[in-house]
Amino acid sequence: MVRALLAAALLCVLAAELPAAETTEIKIGYLRQPESRNAISLLDVPPPDHGVAGAKMAIDDNNTTGKFLNQHFALEEVRLKDQDDPAAAVAALAGRGVSLIITDLPADALLKAADAGRSLLFFNAGAIDDRLREEACRANVIHTAPTRTMLADGLAQYLAWKRWRKWLLVVGSHDTDRLYADALRRAAKRFGAVIVQEKVFEDTGGARRTDSGIVQIQRQIPLFTQSAPDYDVLVAADESQVFATYLPYRTAQPRPVAGSAGLMPTSWDGAHDQWGANQLQNRFMQLFSRRMTALDMQAWSAARMIGESAAHVHTGDAKATLDFLKGPEFALAAFKGQKLTLRDWNLQLRQPILLSDGRIIVSVSPQEGFLHQFSELDTLGVDRPETKCRLDASK
Amino acid sequence: MWPRAALLGTFILLGHAEHASAAMAYVSNEKSNTVSVIDTAKWEVVKTIKVGQRPRGIAFTKDEKFVLVAVGDDDTIQMIDTTTQEVVDTLPSGPDPELFIQDPAGKTLYVANENDNTVTIIDMERRARLGSVQVGVEPEGMGMSPDGKILVNTSETTNMAHFIDLASRTIVANILVDSRPRFAEFKQDGSELWVSSEIGGTVSVIDPAQRSVKTKIVFDIPGLRREAIQPVGINITKDGKKGFVALGPANRVAVVDGVTHEVVKYLLVGQRVWHMAFTPDEKYLLTTNGVSNDVSVIDVASLRVLKSIQVGELPWGVTISRQ
Repeated sequence: MVRALLAAALLCVLAAELPAAETTEIKIGYLRQPESRNAISLLDVPPPDHGVAGAKMAIDDNNTTGKFLNQHFALEEVRLKDQDDPAAAVAALAGRGVSLIITDLPADALLKAADAGRSLLFFNAGAIDDRLREEACRANVIHTAPTRTMLADGLAQYLAWKRWRKWLLVVGSHDTDRLYADALRRAAKRFGAVIVQEKVFEDTGGARRTDSGIVQIQRQIPLFTQSAPDYDVLVAADESQVFATYLPYRTAQPRPVAGSAGLMPTSWDGAHDQWGANQLQNRFMQLFSRRMTALDMQAWSAARMIGESAAHVHTGDAKATLDFLKGPEFALAAFKGQKLTLRDWNLQLRQPILLSDGRIIVSVSPQEGFLHQFSELDTLGVDRPETKCRLDASK
Repeated sequence: MWPRAALLGTFILLGHAEHASAAMAYVSNEKSNTVSVIDTAKWEVVKTIKVGQRPRGIAFTKDEKFVLVAVGDDDTIQMIDTTTQEVVDTLPSGPDPELFIQDPAGKTLYVANENDNTVTIIDMERRARLGSVQVGVEPEGMGMSPDGKILVNTSETTNMAHFIDLASRTIVANILVDSRPRFAEFKQDGSELWVSSEIGGTVSVIDPAQRSVKTKIVFDIPGLRREAIQPVGINITKDGKKGFVALGPANRVAVVDGVTHEVVKYLLVGQRVWHMAFTPDEKYLLTTNGVSNDVSVIDVASLRVLKSIQVGELPWGVTISRQ
C-alpha cells in the first residue's frame, strides 16, 4: 500500500516535471534546386527565398505553439546546384538527424531523393506532376502542391459555370506545357467543354526582356490567333512563361484568356484575403516584405502539417507523422474556407483551387453543383476510382 | 386580475410612445462599416450608425452606457454612446482587434489581437492599456469564467484554448482542440467551457476544473457536405440546458442538449451564420447571417425561426441590451 502510494506520488512528480524538463527538437529539411528566373512580367520573377519563406513562417507558427508543448522546430535549407545529386543531399540531412524533408524539386529529382531516404518522410511542395501521385507514387511522399489535373479541373469547373464551352487551346513547346495541355483536355472532357482548335506556340529562344519588344508582340499575337474558329475563351498551357502573358488584350477576337495567363488556377495568391487569410498575408508581409505566392503556401502547408502532427503525436518521427496525417484526426486549416485533408490512396492534400486574375480572386473551385459522394474537393483531379497509385506496392 | 392587465396596458402605451424599454440589438456589418440597431419590440432596424473600417466584435459595456465595436482595419475599438447612438471615443486595443470580453465588473477589457499573437488588457475607466499576454498564433475567441478569475483565449492556428489566470496574468493551461477554434463560452455555473472549431467541425466541451476535453459535440446534417459544417458562435441558456451553435456555411444553428451534448435539432437560418445573442428574457435568439445580409430571429421555446431582418453587408456580430 505504502509502496503503491509512493509509486503514485513519484509518477505525479514525474508527470508534473516531464514537460518542463525536455524539449522535443524537430528538425525539418528543405531541399530545393535553382528556379528559372525567366518570366515575361517582372512581377513574376521569383524572389530568392521563393517557397522556403513559407516554410520559415510555418516554423515560426509551429514554434509559437511549441512553446506551450515544449516542442521546438528548426528548418535546414539545402540549395542543390543543377548537377548535384539529390540522393547525397538526403543522406547528409539524414546524417544530421533530419527525418522530415520538404522538397521543391522537379519530378525526377524528387523521386531520386525519396528513394534515397525510404525511412524518411518527404513533403512535395513544388512539383505538380500527376505521375508523382499516380504511376510513380511513393509511400513516403506527401504532396502539398496541387496537381495539374486539380488546377485544370478547378479552372474548367468555373468555365463550365460561366458556360464558356468553346475553348481555343494554345500549348507551348516544352514538356511541362504538353503535360498541362493533357490535363486541360481531360478537364474539358469531364466538364463538357469543346476544344475548337489547338495551336502550338513554339519557343524559339530569345530574350523575354527587350527594349522595344512590345511593338512586335502587338502585331504577332493577333496574327497568331486570327485563324481560330469562333470560341468563347482562349486557354493557354505555358508553364515556362514563354508567351501566355502576352495573350490578354492582344487576341484577334476580343475573348478572355485563361490557364497560364488571364484567369489562372492556383493554390494561393497574394491577393487572397477571405476566410482569415488576411492574417496570414499580413504575417508574411511583415516577415518577408513581399507577397505570398502559391509555392510559399505549399511549403507553409507542409511545415504546418508537421506542426499539427507533432502537437498530436508529440514526436517528429517520420512514421508516426505519416500515420497521423493519413488518419481521420488530421485536418489542416489553411485559409481556404474548409478543412484540407489527405487522399489516403496517394497522399495528395485535398484543397480548393483559387482562380486569380493576378489582382484579385475571381472565384474558388469546386464550384457549386459539382457533387461528390465523399468530398467535393475530390471533383478536382484524379479521384480514387481512377488512380494508378498503389501505395503498398510503391517502390 | 385587473391590476395586471392595467399594468400591461401602461407598459404597451409607454412602449409605443418611446419604445425605450425594449431591448436593443446592435449588429456589426463587417463590409459596410456600419452598425445596425434593431428594436426587438418591433423587429425593425431603427438606426444605422457609421463606424470605422471592418467592424466585427461588438458588445455592450456592463453599465450599458456604451456599445464597444472592434474596427480591425483601424486598429481600435470604438465606443458608441447608447443615448446619442454616435461614436464618441476609442480604446487603445492594439492592432487588428476582433473579439473582446469584459470582466464581470465591467472594469477591465481583454482584446484578442490576431496579428501579433497577444491579448491586450485595457482599463475601461481610464481607457488606457494595462498590459498584454502572449498567446498562440491568431488569437480570436474570448471566454470569461463566471467568477471572473479565468480568461480563456482560443488561437486559430495554434488550435488551443489558453487558460489565463487573471490575477497573475499568466497562462496556466493550454488545451488542444480541433482546427481553427473560433469561440469560447462558459456555462453560467462554470461547470463547462464550450469551444467551437470552425475547420475541425466540432465543439469541444472542456471541464474547467480538470482542464481537459471531456467530450466533443459532432454535427451531421443529411445531404450536406461535411466541410460545410463550420461551428463558430455558441450561446448557452442561463440554466445550462440548451446550447446553440452557429454552423457557418451550413446555414443552420444546431440546438444541443446541455446535459447529453447531443444535437436535438438543426434550425435553418440565413446564409453563413456566425454569431448570436439572446434577448434578456432568453425568449429569442438573434443570429447574424453574413452572406444573406440579414439577422434571423429564433424562438427559443418552440425552436422555430420566426423571421429575418435585413441589415448591412456581411453582418458579423450582435449584442443585445439587458433592458
